[in-house]
Amino acid sequence: MSALNILHVDKTFGNTQVLKDISLAIESGEFLILVGPSGCGKSTLMNAIAGLEPVTSGDIQIGGEDVTWRTPAERDIAMVFQSYALYPSMNVRQNIAFGLEMRKMPKAQREEAVARVADLLQITPLLDRKPSQLSGGQRQRVAMGRALAREPQIYLFDEPLSNLDAKLRVEMRTEIKKLHQRLGTTIVYVTHDQIEAMTLADRIAVMRDGEILQLGTPDEVYNDPVDMFVAGFMGSPSMNFIPVTLVSRDDGYVLRVLDEQDPTGAPLELPWPPAREAQALHEWVGERLILGVRPEHFVEDETRMETSFDGTRLDVMATVVEPTGADILLQATLSGTEVTMRLGPKSQVAAGERVALRVDMSRAVLFETTNQRRVA
Amino acid sequence: MDNVIRRRTPGARMLRAGLYALLMVMALVYLLPLVVMLLTSLKPLEEIRAGGLLSLPDSLTFAAWLKAWGSACTGTRCEGLSGYFMNSVSIVVPAVAISTLMGALNGYALTKWRFRGANLCFALLLFGCFIPFQVVLMPMAQTLGWLGLASSTSGLVLVHVVYGIAFTTLFFRNYYVSIPDEMIAAAKLDGAGFFRIFWRILLPISGPIITVSVIWQFTQIWNDFLFGVAFAGFGSQPVTVALNNLVNTSTGVKEYNVDMAGALIAALPTLVVYVVAGKYFVRGLTAGSVKG
Ligand SMILES: Nc1ncnc2c1ncn2[C@@H]1O[C@H](COP(=O)(O)OP(=O)(O)OP(=O)(O)O)[C@@H](O)[C@H]1O
Ligand SMILES: [Mg+2]
Repeated sequence: MSALNILHVDKTFGNTQVLKDISLAIESGEFLILVGPSGCGKSTLMNAIAGLEPVTSGDIQIGGEDVTWRTPAERDIAMVFQSYALYPSMNVRQNIAFGLEMRKMPKAQREEAVARVADLLQITPLLDRKPSQLSGGQRQRVAMGRALAREPQIYLFDEPLSNLDAKLRVEMRTEIKKLHQRLGTTIVYVTHDQIEAMTLADRIAVMRDGEILQLGTPDEVYNDPVDMFVAGFMGSPSMNFIPVTLVSRDDGYVLRVLDEQDPTGAPLELPWPPAREAQALHEWVGERLILGVRPEHFVEDETRMETSFDGTRLDVMATVVEPTGADILLQATLSGTEVTMRLGPKSQVAAGERVALRVDMSRAVLFETTNQRRVA
Repeated sequence: MDNVIRRRTPGARMLRAGLYALLMVMALVYLLPLVVMLLTSLKPLEEIRAGGLLSLPDSLTFAAWLKAWGSACTGTRCEGLSGYFMNSVSIVVPAVAISTLMGALNGYALTKWRFRGANLCFALLLFGCFIPFQVVLMPMAQTLGWLGLASSTSGLVLVHVVYGIAFTTLFFRNYYVSIPDEMIAAAKLDGAGFFRIFWRILLPISGPIITVSVIWQFTQIWNDFLFGVAFAGFGSQPVTVALNNLVNTSTGVKEYNVDMAGALIAALPTLVVYVVAGKYFVRGLTAGSVKG
């Protein structure tokens, strides 16, 4: 049985429709992550689940019961906010116990619960402090403690880590993952952080303009995107989009890369892997399409022996070289299109030099130019 | 020590000296009436008649204060201001408490439980801040009559509460607007309702604005004369009305020292409140959002 079931939910503010026919089912114990550009309705959806905003139409079920018109208090949900939203006048202990007190839990049990989550989150020494006496990371823990103490059916996290510095964010991310594995809680989590989304989620829902474009495992969303938006949104640096024309040859399909600047030169041609000749591909012969290749699907030619794939050879001019430490990001022009590539840290490429590369076409994707849907 | 780098030429120094002299004169002009009142109230009547408004008293006496407090005539009764002072207290305390509490509730509802028409509601309430007292005298008198509260302390309390709510609502609304909605959302999810959130979450962090509201309302209501003279009965007249009667009582000689002492007695509470809590008043007016 699904822990949370959202059925055809619409939400309008005045004349703007912020949520458009959203349907979702989340299994008990599942970790669902909502991603999408700013203003796409993620927080609105969270507020609708929590009961902080009424939906315009549609139903919300929690644990099989219809809760569409129940107050937040009646829904058995806890939420962790980006701003933490701790009660400034109460100390940490009271902050954590407040929800239990409101639910009429006896004092002894309340103290037990506070001690339990304080231990779990290692905030026992902070219990008698006021929120104003805590650091950002500590406040974040207290906010989580407040949610955990109640043991609700569903946890909602709205960008809980975005106010923390990079190092603390990674630590808390790991901790949230551990907590989820240990407690088996059902979580809906909003984030802007690609890595947070990929590492934490059981499933990711990619939203845009109040719609869910794709709902799938991190692997599906990353490697098998439904359209150009999802493909471009997931992954950092994002996927390269290269305009091509599909050409049919005796030995299979070929993608001819169009060079707007130099239409007379010999066009670059990339063979489409025979193993991936989709049934529908022949309809697109002679048409313009968009080829999607992720930065890590390029490999420097010298290093080819070390990697398993047998790519197609390319020769490009490096324009910008950005070492990130773990690897090197290379900007280059590929037949007139700016392309980003991720090379190994040992690469000796310098800006202005020509580089020999191989591209792994077996993981490339193709999109329609008009509505940006996936072709193959 | 001031914290400004300024030019140190002789001309600039002269200018500063002139500026300070001017400021001192202005301060003196402002303070003089108070000084005269205080000096006069501490002199015996003969000394006042002998002239010398600004001369220090030869023989210091608190007789005028005692008389103003205990036995001066206000109209036909000669019991001093003490009873009226107490009348004022029994008007001011409930009126301040009720109007502050209602302002807080209004501000809370207008910002954290936004309903359809909340903005219109607030705009209409704000009108109350701009309606002159005189305009409402007749309708208010009629209303008090209907309610059976004419000439009573409760009637005056009601008038002041009604008039004060516009201001207190404005104060609290502007304060609560800066408190993050997420805090209220968290409390709702924790299972707290409308009043629980108000008492447990919002009121404990409203100290600065409560101070502002209390000082403001206290000063307004304590100093009110018009409503007092229009709506109070004999037994419920506030000290401002009594002071007027005391000064205007025409039997016998004019006792300036008693008049001045009476005026000071009537003004003392607001002075004390301002001196004691003034800095909180300023702090509260400028207080921004409450950091979590
Ligand atoms: N109370 C409101 N009244 C009118 N419009 C609103 C209201 N709340 C949100 N919106 C609009 O709804 C849209 C979605 O907002 P929402 O806060 O859900 O975005 P989001 O996906 O959470 O964005 P972010 O990533 O920046 O947090 C926005 O265009 C916003 O302007
Ligand atoms: Mg948001």
